[in-house]
Amino acid sequence: MKRNHTLTRRHFLNSVAAFGGAAVASSLLPGGAHAAGDLTVGFIYVGPKDDFGYNQAHAEGAAAVKAMSGVTVIEEENVPETNDVQNTMQSMINFDGAALLFPTSFGYYNPHILELAPKFPDVRFEHCGGLWGTDDPKNAGSYFGYIGMGQYLNGIAAGHATKSKKIGFVAAKPIPQVLNNINSFLLGARAVDPSITCQVIFTGEWSLAVKEAEATNALADQGCDVITCHVDGPKVVAETAAARGAYICGYHADQSPLAPEMYLTGAEWNWAGVYTDMVTKFMAGEPIDNFVRGGLADGFIKMSPLGPAVSDTARNQFEATKAEIMKGGFAAIKGPLKDNKGNVIASEGEAFVESDVSLESMGYLVEGVIGSTS
Amino acid sequence: MSDAATAPLSSPKPAMAKWLPRLEAVAIPLAALICGLAVFSLFLLTQGKSPIEFYALIYKAGFSTAFSWQNTLSRVAPLLFAGLCVALPARLGLVVIGGEGAIALGGLAAAVLGAGLTGTSPVVGLPVMFAGAALVGGAWIGSVGWLRIRRGVNETIASLLMAYIAIALMNHLVEGPFRDPASLNKPSTAPLADALRVGDMPVGVEVHWGFAFGVLACVISWLLMDRTTLGFAARIAGDNIRAAQVQGLPVGKLVIGFTALGGAFAGLAGFFEVTAIHGSANASLVAGYGYTGILVAFLARHNPLAIIPVAVLLAGFEASSGLIQRRMDLPDATILVMEGIVFVVILLSETLYGRLPIFALRFWEART
Repeated sequence: MKRNHTLTRRHFLNSVAAFGGAAVASSLLPGGAHAAGDLTVGFIYVGPKDDFGYNQAHAEGAAAVKAMSGVTVIEEENVPETNDVQNTMQSMINFDGAALLFPTSFGYYNPHILELAPKFPDVRFEHCGGLWGTDDPKNAGSYFGYIGMGQYLNGIAAGHATKSKKIGFVAAKPIPQVLNNINSFLLGARAVDPSITCQVIFTGEWSLAVKEAEATNALADQGCDVITCHVDGPKVVAETAAARGAYICGYHADQSPLAPEMYLTGAEWNWAGVYTDMVTKFMAGEPIDNFVRGGLADGFIKMSPLGPAVSDTARNQFEATKAEIMKGGFAAIKGPLKDNKGNVIASEGEAFVESDVSLESMGYLVEGVIGSTS
Repeated sequence: MSDAATAPLSSPKPAMAKWLPRLEAVAIPLAALICGLAVFSLFLLTQGKSPIEFYALIYKAGFSTAFSWQNTLSRVAPLLFAGLCVALPARLGLVVIGGEGAIALGGLAAAVLGAGLTGTSPVVGLPVMFAGAALVGGAWIGSVGWLRIRRGVNETIASLLMAYIAIALMNHLVEGPFRDPASLNKPSTAPLADALRVGDMPVGVEVHWGFAFGVLACVISWLLMDRTTLGFAARIAGDNIRAAQVQGLPVGKLVIGFTALGGAFAGLAGFFEVTAIHGSANASLVAGYGYTGILVAFLARHNPLAIIPVAVLLAGFEASSGLIQRRMDLPDATILVMEGIVFVVILLSETLYGRLPIFALRFWEART
C-alpha cells in the first residue's frame, strides 16, 4: 500500500495524456477493466486491507487468488455493514461482472447477503463467519476456522516467556468467538504453569485504536508481560505492548514486522489456501460446500514463525503440542475445569474438541482469567 | 436580503430585486462546488491519476444506469434526516453536530418497540415505532438545546459528547438488557417481524420509503422555517438573539423546539435504518451518517429544500467510491478528500455573499 506521493514529471505527463478519451472510454464500457472470459472474484473488507489484522489476512488470501491464471480480482475496503455492502456487492456484479464474491466481515451475512443471494442466483456468495444454515440460499456459503487452537499455542509460548506469571488479553467484545480465544490462550499457558493468570480487558469495539492502546497500557501497568488480543487490527496493541517491554502473541495476521524482538508467535488465518481451493472448484464447476470449517490440520489457520525470544524448551513443547493438534481431536477445554465464577464447565474425563458446536455458544471465562463477560 | 431592502420602493425592477438574491444563493455554491472539484483535480494529478476518468466514474457509478440511481438514492434517506438535524438548529444559530447519537438511539427505540409489538398489525405497530424513534431522537437533541438555553452549555461540544454517550448506551443496551440471546457473535435486538419492516417504494428500483419520508421532511421543514411566523421568529432568534428577546419572542422555546425537531428527524433516520435495512438494532447502526449530515447541511447552507439535491449529490459521490477504488486503484479515502476540499471551498465562498456586484440591483439599474 505504499505509494509515492511526490509529483514527478512523468506522473504529470501521464496524467495529462490520460485527459485523452481512451481512459474514459475504457472506464465507461461495461467490463472494460478486464478481459472477457475471465472469472471475476470480488473481495469486500470492513476495514483497511493493510490493518495488520482481520482484513489484511483476507487481503493476503485475495492476493493468492490474484496470482491464479484466468482470474481477475476486484477489492473494496472500508465497506460498512449497512446497505453500503449490498450496494458494493451489486456494483461488483453489475459493473465488473463478478460471479464469485467474498464479503469477509461477520456482519455482512444477515441481512445483507441473505437479501441479495436470491436476487442473483448465478452469483456465488462466500461469507466468512460460519453462519450458513440449511434454510439459507443455496448460492450462499459460509466458512470459518478453529482459531482457538492457535491461541492455545500462543498460550504455550506465552507461558514459557512470562516471568510475572501474569499474561494479558485485549478483547473487543464478550462474544463466544472471543471468549473461546481468551480461554484457549490461558489454558495453553496453564499447560506450561498452572499458576499463570490472564487479565482480560474488553474495549467494546472491533476497531478503536485509542481504547486498545489504553487497555494495553493498563495490562502492562498491572504487570502482564505477555499480551495478545482479539480486535480487528492488532497493530496498536502490538506496538504499545512492545514499547512497554511486554512480549506479544499475534492474532489474525503476522505482526512480527511491528516488533521483531518481542514477537513470540501468532495465530494467523491462512485464507490463501482456502480461497484458491474454492476458486479452483468454482472454475471447474464443482460444488462448494455451503458450510465449511477447518483448523490447523486443514490449513485454515497457521502459526507465525517463532520469534527470537522463544526458548528451546518453549519451542519443544510448542512443536509437540502443534503436532498433537495436527492429528485431530485435540481439546483445549477439558475436565476438570471450572469457570472463573466457580461453576463446573467440564467434569473429569469430559472434553470439548475444537469442532464441538457447543463451543460456539460459549459464555464463560475459565478459572484463572481475571475479567467478566458483562 | 440587504439588496432588496435598500432598493427604492419605486424600483422599476421588483422582479429582479426578488430574483437576484435567489440567483446568488444558487450561483455561489455551484461555482464553489466547481472550484472545489477543480482543486481536487490538481490533487488527482499529483497522484498520477486522470481527473476525467475520475469524474466519468462518478457519473457511471452514481448517475448513469438504473442500478447507479438505485445505488445513489438508496443512500440518500439517512443523509436527508441527518442533514435536517444540523440545518434546523443552525437557522437558530446553533451548531449541532451530534446527530449520530440520535440516529443510534432512535434506531434502538424502533427496534425495541418493534420487538415488543411482534404480532400486531403494521398499521398500529409502525406508527408506534415511528413515533418512538422520533421522540427519543427529539428528546436527545432537544436536551442539547435545553442545556444551551438554560445552562449556557456550548451546544456543539454537548451534542458531540452526547453522541458518544448515546452510542455507548446503545451498545450497552444491545449487548445487555435488549440482547436477543440467539445473536451470539453479533449482539443485536430481537429481529423484527416481517410485517413490521418497511419495504421499497414501487418505483422500479430498490429504494425504500425512507427516501420519500426524508424528502417530505425537508419540504415540511422548509415550509415551517421559511413560510410560517414560527419559522420567521426562529430565524430572527438566529440572526440576533437580543433583538429577538427585545421583541418578546420566546427564544428559549424556539431553540428547544427546533433542536428537538432536528433530533426527531435524526431519530427517524434510525427508524428507517432498522425497519428497512437491518431488521434489528446493533452496532452497525453507527455508520457515520450523522457526521455526513453536517456536510450536507453546510453545503445546503441550512436550507431544508437545498438539502435534497445536496444529499443526492453526496450519495452519488459515495456510491462511486467503490468503483473508483476498483478501477483507479485509489484508496477509499479519496472520496473523503474530495468532499473535504469541496467543503472548505464552500465555506470560503460564504464571504462572497453581498460582495459580488453582479448580484447587486444597483449594478443592473446603472445599466438601464
